[in-house]
Amino acid sequence: MSGIAFILAGTLAAATPLLLAALGEMVVERSGVLNLGLEGMMALGAALGFIVVFLTGNHALGFLVAGLGGAVLSLVFASLVLGFVANQVAAGLGVGLLGLGLSSLVGKAYESRTVPGLPRLHLPGLSDLPLVGPLLTQDIVVWLSLVLALGLWAVLAHSKAGLVVRAVGENPHAARALGFPVIAIRCGAIAFGGTLAGLAGAYASTVYTPLWADGMIAGRGWIALALVVFGTWATGRIVFGALLFGALSLGELSAQAAGVGLPSQVLASLPYAVTILMLAVISSDRRRMRRTAIASLGQPFEP
Amino acid sequence: MRLALIRRDTAARGAMIAAPAVALVLTILCSLVLFAVLGKPAGTALYALLLEPFLSWYSFSEVLLKMAPLCLIAQGLAIGFRANVFNIGAEGQLVIGAIAASALPVWYPDGTSALMLPAMLLLGGLGGMAWGAIAAGFRTRFNANEILVTLMLALIAAQVLNYLLLGPWKDPAGFNFPQSVLFPDAALLPILLPGTRVNVSLLLALAASGLAWVVMRHRFSGYQLLVGGMAPRAAAYAGFSERRAIWISLLVGGLAAGLAGAAEVAGPLGQLQRSVSTGYGYSAIIVAYLGGLNPLGIVLSSFLVSALFIGGDNAMVSAGLPVAAVWVFQSLLLVFYLGGLAFLRYRLVVMHRPAQSVP
Amino acid sequence: MAAPPLLSLEGISKSYGAVRANRGIDLTVDPGQVHAILGENGAGKSTLMKLIYGVETPDEGRILWKGRPVTLANPADARALGIGMVFQHFSLFETLSVVQNIALIVPGSRATLAGRIRDLGREFGLEIDPDAMVHDLSVGERQRVEIIRCLLRAPDLLILDEPTSVLPPQGVERLFATLRALRTKGMAILFISHKLEEIRALCDVATILRAGEVTGRLVPRDHSAADLATRMIGRNIPPPAHPVAHDLGEVRLELAGLDHAAEDPFGVSLSGLSLAVRGGEIVGIAGISGNGQKELAALVSGEIAQPALRRDTVRLMGQPVGDTGVAGRRRLGLAFVPEDRLGRGAVPEMSLADNALLTAHGQGLVRRGFIARAAERAFSARVIAGFDVRSRGPEAEAGSLSGGNLQKFIMGREILLSPKVLLVAQPTWGVDVGAASDIRQRLVAMRNDGVAILVISEELEELFEICDRLHVLHKGRLSPSLPTRTTTTEDVGTWMIGGRAA
Repeated sequence: MSGIAFILAGTLAAATPLLLAALGEMVVERSGVLNLGLEGMMALGAALGFIVVFLTGNHALGFLVAGLGGAVLSLVFASLVLGFVANQVAAGLGVGLLGLGLSSLVGKAYESRTVPGLPRLHLPGLSDLPLVGPLLTQDIVVWLSLVLALGLWAVLAHSKAGLVVRAVGENPHAARALGFPVIAIRCGAIAFGGTLAGLAGAYASTVYTPLWADGMIAGRGWIALALVVFGTWATGRIVFGALLFGALSLGELSAQAAGVGLPSQVLASLPYAVTILMLAVISSDRRRMRRTAIASLGQPFEP
Repeated sequence: MRLALIRRDTAARGAMIAAPAVALVLTILCSLVLFAVLGKPAGTALYALLLEPFLSWYSFSEVLLKMAPLCLIAQGLAIGFRANVFNIGAEGQLVIGAIAASALPVWYPDGTSALMLPAMLLLGGLGGMAWGAIAAGFRTRFNANEILVTLMLALIAAQVLNYLLLGPWKDPAGFNFPQSVLFPDAALLPILLPGTRVNVSLLLALAASGLAWVVMRHRFSGYQLLVGGMAPRAAAYAGFSERRAIWISLLVGGLAAGLAGAAEVAGPLGQLQRSVSTGYGYSAIIVAYLGGLNPLGIVLSSFLVSALFIGGDNAMVSAGLPVAAVWVFQSLLLVFYLGGLAFLRYRLVVMHRPAQSVP
Repeated sequence: MAAPPLLSLEGISKSYGAVRANRGIDLTVDPGQVHAILGENGAGKSTLMKLIYGVETPDEGRILWKGRPVTLANPADARALGIGMVFQHFSLFETLSVVQNIALIVPGSRATLAGRIRDLGREFGLEIDPDAMVHDLSVGERQRVEIIRCLLRAPDLLILDEPTSVLPPQGVERLFATLRALRTKGMAILFISHKLEEIRALCDVATILRAGEVTGRLVPRDHSAADLATRMIGRNIPPPAHPVAHDLGEVRLELAGLDHAAEDPFGVSLSGLSLAVRGGEIVGIAGISGNGQKELAALVSGEIAQPALRRDTVRLMGQPVGDTGVAGRRRLGLAFVPEDRLGRGAVPEMSLADNALLTAHGQGLVRRGFIARAAERAFSARVIAGFDVRSRGPEAEAGSLSGGNLQKFIMGREILLSPKVLLVAQPTWGVDVGAASDIRQRLVAMRNDGVAILVISEELEELFEICDRLHVLHKGRLSPSLPTRTTTTEDVGTWMIGGRAA
């Protein structure tokens, strides 16, 4: 396969864990909460998902357990920041480290084991097209993630539920005065974000690279957090950002395979460096950031 | 009837003491269950984790050895955290500090100059500061969130370390292990307690703690940082510069982590190797919060967390507990502590439903 | 038997911690009645309204709606019964459009809602573009959105919390016309205010609250404003002494063609602002909040600094300071009392002593970089004693003080800096009448001592009471200087809606 075709075929799959995690985090931040535990929630989902698939061979069950694991861990975070009005940064870091620790604890026995991935769906006609064929031949989770993105866009932009989440994120006190249960709404958003983070982790460990290695999430949770900022809390731009990073990681792999004269560590650092540059570019437009940023983000809410 | 947290008029200082104690008890209970579920001998594991570090002079000295970097880094981070500048990439600043300090002994493996060690510490501190300064520059110049930038820089630093140890700095006589040459004696920190590995970096950490206490408690500059963290708009109103707070926080955090990195390679490791990065930078975040972001509290919390690391090594042998258990334990401590901290500002009350109509 | 009243409260009490906000309140509202709740800041008016609207639940007592006891657990319950509320600090969301804000609590498709918004707007003089983004609307327009949002649910009772504080005098007339039209349709209105003339002009009945208790019920038209004031406050307030004219000093603060493009997309841009304040005079900035007051204050205080090229647009003590920060301007003798006390003028979690340090560090409170604790405590004790700050002393946390006492502390701290120029924004917002009158007297005393004072306030009466001259700020532009002795409130009102005096 040529480099371009390789990248085309793999970009969507590489983007999917980032996309799922970032979409979940977008909803959490839209409601006014910053969840820095994303990396740990992904890691826990990855470990649980891998173990279940390894033991049962059932991907659906693996994703279910991974989503539940992410949700449970996110509810620990929710009880800290919503119930106990804890500092969101500290609570996110603490719960994130807990997730990382738990993932390597439960995954210890499965180190370097592998599971079969998911088959790519052959779409009659479309998959045989030149050039775009590989792009359109993807596994089911990739397609479901894109459908989810579309659905989230519609909900946030056009439904009452979306309006309520946005209202809570902009001004929780006014939302409460109108009678919306701010704490419950934020709790729901956090659980949703945790579930998606768990699913994202499971995709990384059971489909994208179907093997368990401690630390395999490798900063993807943090990149997803950066994607939410890069995407200025808008679904479409987050999808674009995730695809960009998917392509970048594929480019890194194919550059390594092609024996580009750069040390592999330089290529491995590339996504992180690009994340920093991308944050700088988008954040330096302060007017735009203030217009799009979530007004109550990171601030504790006391009724 | 339901429970509710009601804000107190004045902070209940007792909660600062009670929260860590309650957190420790809850963490122990939680871990007992967790270890049992994982099929590990929970009692043995906890004994190894919590008591064994104090049962032999050697273990205790190892606690003091590990406490030094944790305490030093956490003191640096806490200053930033109190100013609302969240440097979570101390691990990267530590690695870069270790690399910068290692440059001298790697290039002059036979050096005997008495200046070598001070120069290494200086380079280590500067290296850590430089790594922090990148984040400060991106934050002040481009408004880029320092949480994400410092974390990304930590991931990059890990790759820099890999590159050096697998490439140019690999010890040619090291059987292809990813490690540098062994450092000469002139590049090693003097031992503080004879017969142990405890070196003078412990004094450095304690001195830094004292300094942090003076600055945050008695210096106007520390006060300005506190105001910036508690009420950013009040700081702007009073004319305390936010840029300055960001630069100070990230430079001090980087300096402390860089020094800790230099002290690791010039101390227990005696060479640059991958194990210089074992997560002290992340653990120090937990240490800083567990210590209530208070310089004296951090001395205690660094001691506790260091003991957990030593106990974890023991538990690995005696109870087959993976190192990850230590991380689970630490982060559970932080989670429970953060919950308990609510009682500093709030009290729990039982709310009754309003009296209903009586015909 | 007569029909039961629309709403009646029986023995309603509500406490927040040790504060008993409402005590044994009885109240009846009949259909088609405009009922005033009269009381000064802190009397418990807002708490009572929150109980009626279900934002809070009472500790004791019962609420009857059309004769039946009801439990209002949240605002949705209240809206379902037919109660609507227009909040003082609006419950609108800036990043949403008008119709989206309304769709939050009114069912219906976007198109139907937009049509109904236009219809209602025409019927009651509340025209608004349904697709406008709320952050583009003026404060008065936002109030219309709030009222329309309530009216769309066809309530039987409409609660308005201090609705006129955001309106120019002409806007008040327009609002009253709307409310009278609603009354003739049989709607009951609860009108919360501390503006006595307005209550006399509009309301059929008034219930007076003082310190959380009902202290009287009367027909406001039968009483003079002075009588109402005495009943509201519980004692006589000496009539304000207008400052006598006296010789003026040199120009100490000058704005010369100050322009400012708002960096905040929700902020207001200022253009061509010019004014001068001399030693020994008080100059007021009148106008509805949201017309550039915050930006003007920040540009004068130095919280927003200008590029060096435009440093001449702000002059302090004769020196160009447009590009100087807060600290530099304070060194030249500027002191500033901001409109937000908690989190800006003071750090809530810090003690009063530490809050003194915030701006008084130059008064010997810091020696060689070390905080001089004894001096810090002594300075704050002087503020507390000199300005009658009710607190547990210098160790009390700023957040534990009442609004009025904290304002006195901040005002006192800034006055003890012996400034040459004093900038005060909204000096008496949320402050009880006694403290407010204290604060105004202090300002006049400082003026008489030769300090140049610039006061930004929404309270027109307050400005007329203490200022020598005033300017009106409207949409980021300043009116010419208007001497208070020869200007009427109507003239000012015209400038407040942007028109030139006829």
